[in-house]
Amino acid sequence: MTQTEVASPPRSEAKELSVGKPIDRVDGTAKTTGTARFSAEYPYPDLAHAALVHATVARGRITAIDTADASAVEGVLAVLTHENAPALKPALSPSPLNLSSMVSGTSLDYLNTDEVHWNGQPVAVVVAETLDAARHAALLVRVTYDQLPATVDFAAEEKNATPVKGDLISPGEEKKGDAEAALAAAPVSVDLRFTTPPYHHNAIEPHATTAAWDGDRLTVHDATQSIDWVRKHLALRFGVPVAGVRVIAPYVGGGFGGKGSVWAGTILAAMAARVTGRPVRMVLTRESIYHTVGGRTPSAQRVALGADADGRMTALIHTSVSRIGRIGGRPEPVTAASGHLYDAATILLQQNIVELDLLPNTFMRAPGESIGTFALEAAVDELAGELGLDPIELRMRNEPAKNPLDGKDFSNRMLREAYALGAEKFGWSRRTPQPGSMRDGRWLVGMGVASAYHPPVQLNANITVRLSVDGTVVVRCGFQEMGMGGATVQGQIAADALGVPLASVKVEYGDSELPIAPMAGGATQTASVATALLAACDKLKRSMLALARRSGESPLRGQRLDRLEARDGGLYQIGKPGVGEKYTDILGRAGRPSVDAAVGSDTGLGAVAGQVRFMTKFLRDRRRWVKAATGAHFCEVRVDPDTGEVRVSRWVGSFDVGTVINPKTASSQLRGGIVMGIGMAMSEQTLIDPRTGRIMNPSLSEYHVPVHADVPPIEIHYLNEPDPTMPLGLRGLGEVGITGVAAALANAVHHATGRRVRDLPITLDKLL
Amino acid sequence: MTLHPEVRPRPAGHTMEVRLRVNGADRTLQLAPQVSLLDALREHLGLMGTKKGCDQGACGACTVLADGERINACLTLAVQYTGREITTIEGVTDGELQRAFVRHDGFQCGYCTSGQICSAIGMLAEHAAGMPSAVTEHRHGDAELTDAELTQAEIRERMSGNLCRCGAYNGIVDAIQEVAR
Repeated sequence: MTQTEVASPPRSEAKELSVGKPIDRVDGTAKTTGTARFSAEYPYPDLAHAALVHATVARGRITAIDTADASAVEGVLAVLTHENAPALKPALSPSPLNLSSMVSGTSLDYLNTDEVHWNGQPVAVVVAETLDAARHAALLVRVTYDQLPATVDFAAEEKNATPVKGDLISPGEEKKGDAEAALAAAPVSVDLRFTTPPYHHNAIEPHATTAAWDGDRLTVHDATQSIDWVRKHLALRFGVPVAGVRVIAPYVGGGFGGKGSVWAGTILAAMAARVTGRPVRMVLTRESIYHTVGGRTPSAQRVALGADADGRMTALIHTSVSRIGRIGGRPEPVTAASGHLYDAATILLQQNIVELDLLPNTFMRAPGESIGTFALEAAVDELAGELGLDPIELRMRNEPAKNPLDGKDFSNRMLREAYALGAEKFGWSRRTPQPGSMRDGRWLVGMGVASAYHPPVQLNANITVRLSVDGTVVVRCGFQEMGMGGATVQGQIAADALGVPLASVKVEYGDSELPIAPMAGGATQTASVATALLAACDKLKRSMLALARRSGESPLRGQRLDRLEARDGGLYQIGKPGVGEKYTDILGRAGRPSVDAAVGSDTGLGAVAGQVRFMTKFLRDRRRWVKAATGAHFCEVRVDPDTGEVRVSRWVGSFDVGTVINPKTASSQLRGGIVMGIGMAMSEQTLIDPRTGRIMNPSLSEYHVPVHADVPPIEIHYLNEPDPTMPLGLRGLGEVGITGVAAALANAVHHATGRRVRDLPITLDKLL
Repeated sequence: MTLHPEVRPRPAGHTMEVRLRVNGADRTLQLAPQVSLLDALREHLGLMGTKKGCDQGACGACTVLADGERINACLTLAVQYTGREITTIEGVTDGELQRAFVRHDGFQCGYCTSGQICSAIGMLAEHAAGMPSAVTEHRHGDAELTDAELTQAEIRERMSGNLCRCGAYNGIVDAIQEVAR
């Protein structure tokens, strides 16, 4: 795929466009009437239910497991343990060369070993006729352990961290010049330590799997962000052909990275169905989710900034310690954004890791940037304070023209403009700089800003598009929909590319029988699918024109595609809307029911070629450009001076995310990121007992995600300038929203109170 | 709860007859007495519109209406509601609030949406009946009932039992406020 192939289709003023309009979601009615079916909601005759039993020690061996009482419960079909579970085939070793190998959340062969690697590891599965019986019987399984010493305390292990080595996906240490020397010589500097706690995704839909075998064929309804990789992983683990495994997930009730990997529940539901010969549904309890699905790593970070007296940065140092599990996880790239935001003369970025006897960490919305920008952007605010400069002014003085680390070009960068727009909309000029200087009655008022940054990545997607003689268009692509609005925006893109009304476009997704699309993650999906979709629409128009030109009667005879535009359900000469023909007429005359166009291949050489094409483009793009969705967060907080209670009272986000395909769904995504960032900053944390490695608050009543009352009206503004290196100029925006949010809040809290809180969350005890 | 194997609830085998009235229809079920109203609706009646998010009363995804009042179906035993009129999202038929949710994009993934809508219906009835909230400004001597305007702050306070992890709160509040006017 070259850049020219994904350029916008030719347009004229009069053409009715769908892209750019705030279209209602196409699945809105299904979601508001309760008819949308999620993974736990497919009826099967003879459906059995499964429940997990979790280990209660952090590390050890199972010496005995007594399942007699559980097996005796009426309706229990099987109690699977390491003593009787079928062998799982080994998973692939994780490698960035084969992205699907990284879908495994842990390297554990569930129920295939007597070893316990974390407190909460599944050690048995109960399968029963009813949910009640399964849950009840699970309580009756008795496990005896030989405990082994376990390392579970992140704070205690921080000093033993080792440097992260780079690989194809993320770099190791990055540096420019001697940043430590420049810091020591800087007339003005800050050298600060920040910490962030573990977080959990807490999608409201619990992880759920319904699995049904028919011989060696397996159908799985799975709450996943990655139907294709779930399919490949299950085929591998159960030793059956990939083509015989079907994964269906048209609706996924939130993911945020938590549903991006294959975790115990999915594998064990398929295993339970295999053993019992019954369709099995496994809906994890909220507690089981915490025990079997990884969360975000905690972090300890150092940000040190040096500047000359004018505020020009001479040194930028960002180092981090985070954790993985001893049996899996990837280092969170905490410093990922820090090489791109400021034109510092010297830079040092370095990440370190500890391995703990805990469930491995996993991706959570904007892995790296979300917690990394907290430290960097709070430190920049502190430097502004040292310099006596407005924090926006300090940023503008250090806004780079080229990528600071290596001098590469930005594909397009409008962070300066985002700040200008946001400041105007927010009323930043009304802020008085002195901390504690603004009040509303008894409330202390604070205003804070911070930058948002997240790179857009495109992955390889396959797709087919069919245009039928009745004028309908069917787009088929196995992407995921968990609230991003994929079906809506891809429908808009197809409608414009083919010049047909949005209502005549149907988008099929969420089924592994469809052409393979990449996982939904990393803010990649919209651009990845759009690239393939635009290419397929282009092919389709070529086929239609070829079909028309075969007839002597067609007004398109002798026409070339580059002189035509797709509009009004057909192809018409640019500037001469009267010259052209409807697709339905072309098909009707040719006696054809439909014409298809396909991009990419799911199998054989075509699939390999697709991967090679993708990697070539990925590496070439990375050599040429640094690209990112960026933005400026502006927030206002009110702090009760007596109790330390913080209320977030106003929010303005100003974003440079390239072309906005649908401002309604885009704004919802960005708001969603900001809301999750508010939780990250103010209330969320997973508490892990440093002695036992047990999660102490595995519930939504004790892990505090933001509620209605915590969220003010959030204004979203766009610059809406296309990124010339992206399809239609769009950049993925699922992750950029959360980046910078915690820093903006910490900075606002400082402005209100004079207190710098550098350890999240900013709970009221830290303000008293 | 699976971490505490000493807990031994009632054996699963006992069942009893439970008569429910759901969305205007009489339904008779043979249920173990510990079956929640939520599991009765989802697993036994196949009404999957009501969602299970936490099963602990913390998220509100299971909100249904019992004689017009909003309740968490997960914290309710089915047997408690013998003879009461249960309305689930499948029984919400006027459509106005649902259309407002779509217009204002008051959801993303859609999983909390049934609960948000049922909760909003119950909340609007509470407000219409004059029930105050924690943010309602009380006048002296008139703390029992209120005619306070349904501001965004009131809606946010009154809807705070319904979590939305996608963060669609702004759209939900706008949708409810539009319908309330």
